[in-house]
Amino acid sequence: MANSTTEKTRVAEAQPLSMMAVLAPALGWLIPGAGHIIQRRWIRGLLLFVSIATLFLLGLAMQGRIYKANGGDILDMLGFVGDVGAGALYIVTLANDWGQGAIAFATADYGTKFMIVAGLLNFIAVADAYHIAIGKKR
Amino acid sequence: MTITLNHFSAAAVFALFASIVFGITHRDTTREMVRYGLYCFAMFLGGVFVAGWAMWLLRR
Repeated sequence: MANSTTEKTRVAEAQPLSMMAVLAPALGWLIPGAGHIIQRRWIRGLLLFVSIATLFLLGLAMQGRIYKANGGDILDMLGFVGDVGAGALYIVTLANDWGQGAIAFATADYGTKFMIVAGLLNFIAVADAYHIAIGKKR
Repeated sequence: MTITLNHFSAAAVFALFASIVFGITHRDTTREMVRYGLYCFAMFLGGVFVAGWAMWLLRR
């Protein structure tokens, strides 16, 4: 059992890093689902894009708050890590100074969480695109 | 544009999109993806109802 696992690890290590194994995760991070689309997983890529982008944009429309890198507080930093997973959605939001949050709305906190979760879900999608690229998943 | 969702609809929207991503990323075949996505959605919404009733009981 242990030998079998070691054997698999060696085989995985021996495989050269393909261009797709670098491009798919990078593109998938920037545009949710794009990592799947460039590998001809059209429906999966489209569904991932719609799910992650809708969740992020709904969070924005619910007056959610976007976290910045220099938040200072440890929880702000964790929020930033989640938000930054959304790739271009996060960059565009930050560039336009959207996502300032509104204390007047009780549901604005839900919006903040929606945006963090959208970024975290995109990290999972990026890992999935990588696994497809290296042949670990079909 | 401002959208205001109530607690349940926010949880349902969250459950829907999170379940789609979980289904696609955690299983290999299309059939398994659909099944796992539906399972996650049911668990999310089930959890909402269980938590809702638990809070109602605690408040009494």
